[in-house]
Amino acid sequence: MTQLTNCSRRSFLKGMGVTSGALVIGATIPSFSPIMAAAANYTLNLFVSLDTDGTVNIICHRSEMGQGIRTGLPQVLADEMEADWERVNIVQGLANEEYGSQNTDGSRSIRHFYQTMRKMGASARAMLAQAAADQWQVPVSEVVAAAHKVTHKVSGKTMGYGDLAVAASKLNMPADDQVKLKDKSEFKYIGKDLTIVDLPDMLVGDTTFGQDVQLPGMLVASIVRSPVIGANVKSFDEAAAKSFKGVTQVIKMPERQFPVGFNSLPGVAVLAKNTWAAQQGAKLLNVQWTDHDNAKHDSSDYLKALEEKVAGKGKVQRSAGDAYAALASSSKTLTAKYTVPYLAHAPMEPPAATATFIDGAVEIWACTQTPQSTQNTVAQVLGIDKSKVKVNVTLLGGGFGRKSKPDFSVEAALLARETGKPVKVVWSREDDIQQCYFHAISAQRFEAGLDENGQVTSWIQRTAFPSISWTFNGQADEPSGGELSLGFADVPFEVANLSCETHKANAHTRIGWVRSVSNIQHAFARGSFVDEVAVAANVAPHKMWHQLIGSDRKVDPKSQGFEFSNYGESLDTFPIDTKRLKAVLDLVVDKSGADKATAENEGWGISVHRSFVSYVAVAVKVNIANNKVTVMEMHSAIDAGTVVNPDRVKSQQEGSMIFGLSLALMGEISFKDGRVQQSNYHDYPVARINQTPAKIETYIISSDAPAGGVGEPGTPPVAAALTNAIFRAGGQRIRDLPINKHMQV
Amino acid sequence: MINFTLNGKATSIDANASMPLLWVLRDELQMTGTKYGCGMGLCGACTVHMDGQPIRACSMPISAVAGKAITTIEGLDPDANHPVQKAWMEHKVPQCGYCQSGQIMSAAALLENNQNPSDEEIDNFMQGNICRCGTYPRIKAAIKTAAKFVEVK
Repeated sequence: MTQLTNCSRRSFLKGMGVTSGALVIGATIPSFSPIMAAAANYTLNLFVSLDTDGTVNIICHRSEMGQGIRTGLPQVLADEMEADWERVNIVQGLANEEYGSQNTDGSRSIRHFYQTMRKMGASARAMLAQAAADQWQVPVSEVVAAAHKVTHKVSGKTMGYGDLAVAASKLNMPADDQVKLKDKSEFKYIGKDLTIVDLPDMLVGDTTFGQDVQLPGMLVASIVRSPVIGANVKSFDEAAAKSFKGVTQVIKMPERQFPVGFNSLPGVAVLAKNTWAAQQGAKLLNVQWTDHDNAKHDSSDYLKALEEKVAGKGKVQRSAGDAYAALASSSKTLTAKYTVPYLAHAPMEPPAATATFIDGAVEIWACTQTPQSTQNTVAQVLGIDKSKVKVNVTLLGGGFGRKSKPDFSVEAALLARETGKPVKVVWSREDDIQQCYFHAISAQRFEAGLDENGQVTSWIQRTAFPSISWTFNGQADEPSGGELSLGFADVPFEVANLSCETHKANAHTRIGWVRSVSNIQHAFARGSFVDEVAVAANVAPHKMWHQLIGSDRKVDPKSQGFEFSNYGESLDTFPIDTKRLKAVLDLVVDKSGADKATAENEGWGISVHRSFVSYVAVAVKVNIANNKVTVMEMHSAIDAGTVVNPDRVKSQQEGSMIFGLSLALMGEISFKDGRVQQSNYHDYPVARINQTPAKIETYIISSDAPAGGVGEPGTPPVAAALTNAIFRAGGQRIRDLPINKHMQV
Repeated sequence: MINFTLNGKATSIDANASMPLLWVLRDELQMTGTKYGCGMGLCGACTVHMDGQPIRACSMPISAVAGKAITTIEGLDPDANHPVQKAWMEHKVPQCGYCQSGQIMSAAALLENNQNPSDEEIDNFMQGNICRCGTYPRIKAAIKTAAKFVEVK
């Protein structure tokens, strides 16, 4: 097919005289997007406005961080509206509750807004048709709105959308139940590989990320933050920092607060005329910190304690039959313990936020996944009404959950108020690695009983990790139901005797969500243990997965005592459908050839996992030579229900598999004396091109089911598929990530 | 005052001699196409060309740039007709796009010296450029396509 490339944003920016990626705008403090002011001429609804020249302005209210949402949602709306994609201009939405949730996390932009975008598009199309019918004084049934114009079927007269903009904008929106959506066969853009709208700009460096925002008279801030959560600033050398040329001010940040939430951390900010001076000045501060109990945190000791906990029976979260009795009477038992360390997101763009504070009102430009929580948190911290906080969303240089926390915008707002000047807070890579909201360190223990026929009769699984809830309430000492719904207590196995248990764990640092969240450790442990059980039963892993998943059915964890949160969805619309789970597994095995024999030092590993209401199976092939693992091939099959842009689903699968590869091979944040031991990409490595196979294949299940998540579900099955492959290639069984603790990568 | 050529234009800058080229470009010249990723030459996001060779702008003091010719992503080909840009478009390489300026500048430098790179040569040359989104398979494919464009040219 021909490639559709929407370049209108770029040409529009050029037309506005903004030619550089840097945002340098006139004398007064501007809005981030000059498009905003020019575009909202004739509004058809919350998401669509028309210019008289026929430009259709579509608001993307979700944040773009590489998933392609600035293309995906507008392409749905444009399709239903019958707008010409080449004449669509994408406008990034400000923080605004009217849009509904803007929290771009949880793999839910398409899932939650597919129908809304369709209705907004169809509604706009209906208004344009009505406007033309009124003009021609003919029944609306005689006109058709298609291909950016309305045609009178009887006379053949036409009017372009631009010519109808004024009249259509004066009409009332049709009632919700009067909006007629297209039949699937009429789709022009939905289901097509539209090129992302920002690609032309990316090729010439003409993009504005959070780090790129520049305002007249702006100061850049580099902040030295407390290395131990809970420690406060004791002293610092202001004069030394100010001695660096270009440094203008040194400002102490507010003291520690619990719960840590989205608050800024205690620390000292160095403000300068440029980033270099701010960062160099900060290095001269010599900040001394007060003591805090968290300074005793040692992740190695902590992990040992978690491992000891999961060795014993815990709090039962879900059960069936009597797992312990069944275990006692089984002919073969198997036990294994798995651990995953703390992890950091490490997006290529470290967090950055720019703020102004003028006449009691704040304006923010930030690479945020959550403009609304940015607005709310900034308003709360500064003690102003949230109507006084305007939040502009830039492009995000990766997010992975880090930029769901608005702490960096809070910092910028505080410093803008303090200085009375525009302030950009630039996080360094070291800040990003060390002051992250970390993925929780964890230990899991699995136990299975098999009968004499190799059938699994008992399944016991335990997990322990510090909860994200602690970040927000300062109290939680055990996993939340939400976290246990991420691949733990939603286990879809047809085993008569089951026990899912948890143990308590206190948090000593900011715990947050990292791409696929608790699914990371739970899918690693379960996916590994299934492979171990297959070995014990002497059957192929594919067969063991089938045995455990069992018959075609809808799994209801509630019937076994667990309140499954199901990613906020109803189980009626988004069931745990074992048929779909098995289908992706079968597809990936079939396509990859993972059940075929390999050379002696090579091996395939597989795993399958449901998360974010989508189903993904992964097959990985590795080669081992001299205790060094080389990943040869990676394959994934995904059933995400309805797919809007198959190429972006494919790119997300490629990316989330490589994200999984990074964390499995090398991902580890460790703490000593309460302080993070890593600081940059040399000691917190992520996958590089030479560690990534050229052959990465994605198979998408064609489906009309409601749209599921895409950004995250590709990550959870990877680590287990990889370690299973290593075992099958003659390597050791790796139960403690990352792999580079055991062999070369 | 330090004088150098930037994307073909004579440029003078009054800056601390130790300030890296990256911050001169971004903060002093408002050319933000070149990105900050690590500040230690570890990630390649700030890759530009100096006298045709790829360098990490974050680790190059501006004093060392005196008299040199610098090309940034903005100057590679503003119309995006460079073989690498065209191949990037064809393979739809970028996801978030943040590292892509550096990836493109590295790939352009690779093809300048080697018009038919093997998989291994691509791996060796490009391993200094991190992409956290994981666009590597497409980068590999796009470099091969770009090599064909170079041949045709």
